[in-house]
Amino acid sequence: MAEPLLEVENLVVHFETDDGLVKAVDGISYTVERGQTLGIVGESGSGKSVSSLTVLGLTRSRNARISGTVRFDGRDLLNTSEDDMRGIRGDDIAMIFQDPLSSLHPFYKVGTQISEAVLAHRDVSKAQAWDRAVEMLTLVGIPEPRKRADAYPHEFSGGMRQRAMIAMALANDPKLLIADEPTTALDVTVQAQILELIERLQSEFDTAVVVITHDLGVVAEMADEIAVMYAGRIVEKADAMTTFVGPEHPYTWGLLSSIPRLDSPRGEELVPIAGRPPSLISLPGGCSFHPRCPYVREAHKRVEPALEPVNGDRSHQVACLLDSSVRKKLWGELQQGAKPQAARNDVLEEEAGV
Amino acid sequence: MAAYIARRLLWVVFLLFMITLITFVIFTVLPSGDPAVLRAGRQPSPQLIAAIREQLGLDKSKPVQFINYIGNILPFLGHNGFDFGFSYQNQQDVLPAILDRLPTTIFLTLGAVILWLCIGLPIGILSAVRTGTWYDRLAMGIALVFISAPVYFLGLVALYLFANDIGVFPILPGNSAYEQASGFFGKAEALILPWFVLAAAFAAVYARFLRGNLIDTLQEDFIRTARAKGLSERKVIFRHGVRAAITPIVTLLGLDIGILLGGAILTETVFNIPGIGRYAYNAITQSDLPVIQGTVLFGAFFIVMMSLLVDILYAFIDPRVRY
Repeated sequence: MAEPLLEVENLVVHFETDDGLVKAVDGISYTVERGQTLGIVGESGSGKSVSSLTVLGLTRSRNARISGTVRFDGRDLLNTSEDDMRGIRGDDIAMIFQDPLSSLHPFYKVGTQISEAVLAHRDVSKAQAWDRAVEMLTLVGIPEPRKRADAYPHEFSGGMRQRAMIAMALANDPKLLIADEPTTALDVTVQAQILELIERLQSEFDTAVVVITHDLGVVAEMADEIAVMYAGRIVEKADAMTTFVGPEHPYTWGLLSSIPRLDSPRGEELVPIAGRPPSLISLPGGCSFHPRCPYVREAHKRVEPALEPVNGDRSHQVACLLDSSVRKKLWGELQQGAKPQAARNDVLEEEAGV
Repeated sequence: MAAYIARRLLWVVFLLFMITLITFVIFTVLPSGDPAVLRAGRQPSPQLIAAIREQLGLDKSKPVQFINYIGNILPFLGHNGFDFGFSYQNQQDVLPAILDRLPTTIFLTLGAVILWLCIGLPIGILSAVRTGTWYDRLAMGIALVFISAPVYFLGLVALYLFANDIGVFPILPGNSAYEQASGFFGKAEALILPWFVLAAAFAAVYARFLRGNLIDTLQEDFIRTARAKGLSERKVIFRHGVRAAITPIVTLLGLDIGILLGGAILTETVFNIPGIGRYAYNAITQSDLPVIQGTVLFGAFFIVMMSLLVDILYAFIDPRVRY
């Protein structure tokens, strides 16, 4: 197999603040193959955005402590100079953000902002860059693109703005597109359109995509592989099918059961994950999910779980101290509609019986 | 836009009327020297004072005095209009006297504006980009000193240090040099000290203001987008950061220019520059109501017109603003 487009290995991003060391990303590894889609899922503060911004070199600062390796297309990005990173940003790797209104400059025309991205990397005239901007706006499905290129961001609707952001990101035909919560700020009706657009353009441009989201529903159809992040670490990594059908981490279960589903019985309550994400300055000892985990045992508060293959299958990795067979039973119970507490009691009793 | 401007102009007229009224009431109610007595000279006879009083129109009731004053100013109402009366002290018409002094005040103001923008803005930008460094701390510390030092203090220190008659380093024309200087460059040379003194506090305010704005702006999402596009840091800061952070400066600048055109009273007094400010100052010391009224009205006029101008400009600076 050819080497992956993006290879992140043991990436650590810590920030020194007045309150202490913030362990935003604490040793994560993942790979993205050419043309493939990786979904990174987690709550806010799980480090999913920081890890991607680090790939782009946008978290470098005096207080940032970054280590590990980020290999992109054969280049070591963490040791690339700021000048060279500038050449990669917006050209080989592009990024779109959560709120397209605040992410576009309010004082410049949409066409200007897109052609600016082109001019930063291509030796073309302003008129050619503008034509490229119009071409991109056409491609992302903005009606009357030549006229709309002359408009300001506030004259666009939310969905149109995100389309314009996508047009800007893809203007230089990047190899990798990082989409950070691309639909979170949009109306539900527009969300699906934007996701479809990203998918369509991805196959047209043969771009690899990293989708960052807190919403498993967003990555359900798009992603080939899904990494679930919690408190700066990846707790479960599997192909999309496995993540939805046979997930093995209690946090993934929690995320799944907090999504409303059309096929669940009417009146069934959603099960939220209890508690709040931990402070990244003082992480709980042992498994950092233990204060919120319904299946926690005493030992889990001391031992840190490592991300390990499930039954030797490298394509499905989980960082959980429960035994895989116990996890499978618990997930089975949950799928039958059992509440976490009931599932715990059942499985624990069974274990005691054994 | 036209309707908006028309509405604003009506508001300007009302505002100027209120300001005139307030100035008049303050002058009438608060104790001040009797203009007629001041005018009459030493040991005047009661008859002389009464005659002067009649001549100046001070024998009429206060409301009548006020209505007469307004009536003379308004155009198309019997008189020629735009008559701001004449000075109690030397019979000079107020309006020509003000217009006479206006170029001096404009010269002083514009020079100082250019100076403080050239000093304040770069310092502010550099401080914002290098937040927390020793440079930033030093610049903002010095700025604080200049903001706190009043013009009459700074002006006297400047004269003491640099004036060519009394200065420790006698290198620049000092007090009263403006009136004696001739030609554009002579006048400009005479204004070097006043320009710096006047600009000091403003440069400091602008530097701090722009620094704060730019620090906030550089946290914005669109700055992150600009960086993600691969723009050079210079473009990110100037084209995207400063462009957005500087708009509130336009408001500040408009009002400051308006205020100074109405007379940089302290600077003009300290350096004895014959502008509107010193004219107003002299009038206040001599209880010369028509001159006080005239200069206050003029100052107010500049301020409200500049603020109108700023609001109109905003529509061009910020595409989101529409009237």
